Amino acid sequence: MSNTDFVLAVEDLTVSFDGFKAIDSLNLYVDRGELRVVIGPNGAGKTTLLDLICGKTKASAGSIKFKNQEMTRLPEHMIVRAGIGRKFQTPSIYENLSVFKNLEVSYPRGRGVFGALGFKCDDAVKAKVDEVAGMIGLADRLDLEAGLLSHGQKQWLEIGMLLMQDPELLMLDEPIAGMSARERELTADLLNRICQNRSVIVIEHDMDFVARIAHKVTVMHQGKILAEGSMDKVQSDPKVIDVYLGH
Amino acid sequence: MDAIKTWLGRSGLASIAILAVLLLVVFPLAMDTFRLNLVGKYLTYGFVAIGLVMLWGYGGVLSLGQGVFFGLGGYAMAMFLKLEASDPESTKIQSTPGIPDFMDWNQLTELPLWWEPFNSFGFTLFAVVAVPVLLAFIISYAMFKRRVGGVYFAIITQAVALILTVLIIGQQGYTGGVNGMTDLKTLMGWDIRTDEAKTLLYFLTAALLLGAILLCRWIQLSKLGTLLLAMRDKEDRVRFSGYDVSMFKVFAFCLAAALSAIGGAMFTLQVGFMSPSFVGIVPSIEMVIFAAVGGRMSLVGAVYGALLVNFGKTYFSETFPDLWLFLMAALFIGVVMAFPNGLAGLYESHVKPWLARRKQAPAPGGTGGEPPSASAAPAAPTVPHTTTSAAVPTAGIGAKVSSQSA
Ligand SMILES: Nc1ncnc2c1ncn2[C@@H]1O[C@H](COP(=O)(O)OP(=O)(O)OP(=O)(O)O)[C@@H](O)[C@H]1O
Ligand SMILES: [Mg+2]
Repeated sequence: MSNTDFVLAVEDLTVSFDGFKAIDSLNLYVDRGELRVVIGPNGAGKTTLLDLICGKTKASAGSIKFKNQEMTRLPEHMIVRAGIGRKFQTPSIYENLSVFKNLEVSYPRGRGVFGALGFKCDDAVKAKVDEVAGMIGLADRLDLEAGLLSHGQKQWLEIGMLLMQDPELLMLDEPIAGMSARERELTADLLNRICQNRSVIVIEHDMDFVARIAHKVTVMHQGKILAEGSMDKVQSDPKVIDVYLGH
Repeated sequence: MDAIKTWLGRSGLASIAILAVLLLVVFPLAMDTFRLNLVGKYLTYGFVAIGLVMLWGYGGVLSLGQGVFFGLGGYAMAMFLKLEASDPESTKIQSTPGIPDFMDWNQLTELPLWWEPFNSFGFTLFAVVAVPVLLAFIISYAMFKRRVGGVYFAIITQAVALILTVLIIGQQGYTGGVNGMTDLKTLMGWDIRTDEAKTLLYFLTAALLLGAILLCRWIQLSKLGTLLLAMRDKEDRVRFSGYDVSMFKVFAFCLAAALSAIGGAMFTLQVGFMSPSFVGIVPSIEMVIFAAVGGRMSLVGAVYGALLVNFGKTYFSETFPDLWLFLMAALFIGVVMAFPNGLAGLYESHVKPWLARRKQAPAPGGTGGEPPSASAAPAAPTVPHTTTSAAVPTAGIGAKVSSQSA
């Protein structure tokens, strides 16, 4: 396909597991600086879509272009280095390391074997850790073992680990699962702040939360896109009400 | 002073210093040459054990084939020594004088081409490390790039150990077969069979081992060490933070191979021969037991593990030769089930809190303020004094690491 201005252009993407098409000729375009929310019933293929973009699952067919560069054949770590960060559905942090170490290890320098051997935690790294820790509200928790954080804080820490890498595209799978109402509010603010100079894709079920953050909403169903557009438009779409919002 | 103490404790240097005193002062003073040579032999297994701490404890990759690398290092050294021992003068009764005796027995009439470089000591030293590392790289690159791991990888390493043993035994004319390479005498003219040589080789082994421990400790404290721990915990998170996880495992495997090989070479020098019985499946599994008993998270603990298990083996296999294998198996299962962090973990969870409580209680006449490990050390050198930090079960690592960042 031709080059586009989109940060992410997914076209005709298909993946089948033993004949079952979890993603079925899907097209998706994300703008620079856009915060896109993907919703849909359980098993719609939302997580699988993120898996495909970040290389965890290999596509059966179709193309994924990030800044006009084909991603489908790159190994996972090269996709990350190209600028795509991904948060997993269950908080995935290094429980035995301190919050500081969790962030420090995510700093995008010294990524090779010998680079890691020679890596020094200099002022630039410390400044970045402090900046990110401030954003995710863990500035006074840096020395704490990450496993001791609350569930919500773990989710923030994982977002922080991604922010350490300054990705141009950030993908978050159900970031507010298990959070209290107050934590959800803080997370919404955080997401609104971090999408100012990057694109973000969020998978979420909580419609109040979606309304607070979404620029545009994509509704998925059975591996396909059912509807796409503003929150209002999507919410009043009869097809969407039928398969997802109605119950 | 306090700052130095905390730094020593944090970096695990205190426990390394205690080990150094034990190996370089206490043992040489307390033992005759025969026993010292025996300990020197056990210490060569210490190299394998600390390699396993890095690979298995830190990297989470279990290898059941470390004997392969121990053997390759040992054989490389043995080839050099064998060539030196096979000068035309001392082999003049052979039908082809000047080649190793086992070649002559197998009707070889000239030295195989690939043996030639082992006439050079420089090349031999290079080959001791390079050959095992190259093999380790090929195996691990092929496996880890394909995401083969865990039990499957362990089985593959076993297969390699089996293949190498069969190869060595089968190619008698080139390797000395099942007898191995025996009658090694001199190293560049220096007789390695004398008591002085054995003592010197003991000190060389101990010094090299301590150096290797320091190197590994430095790696553990680097970002690479943190990444190895992180990978063991959440491999996908590391991968999706932009790291090529497989290359870090390849590095750990090659490091463990290099350490094992150095141990193998020192073994050959001290024992005076090398044979396939140190290469195969059983010795490889024994090597894992050393690390497991000592504690797979503790470099120093692994060395104590190698020493203790080997002492036990020497004692029991002389007294009850039939029982030994069962005892060893029982020891392994017992340790893994009851004390997953081995003796080092036991020290962390039991001895240290006990020492701390003793310290807290008023000690009349005591100097006070002395670190518990230092005060306990000279009194009971055979009790495994493992590190304050390196020995820690997983929870402790986080605590240690976090204190570093402060
Ligand atoms: N590796 C796999 N092998 C086989 N089937 C899979 C695999 N991964 C996902 N699926 C199937 O693909 C479908 C989509 O799953 P996916 O996890 O993407 O859904 P989801 O939209 O994220 O759902 P949820 O809201 O519950 O997280 C499901 O039916 C799932 O069982
Ligand atoms: Mg999902």
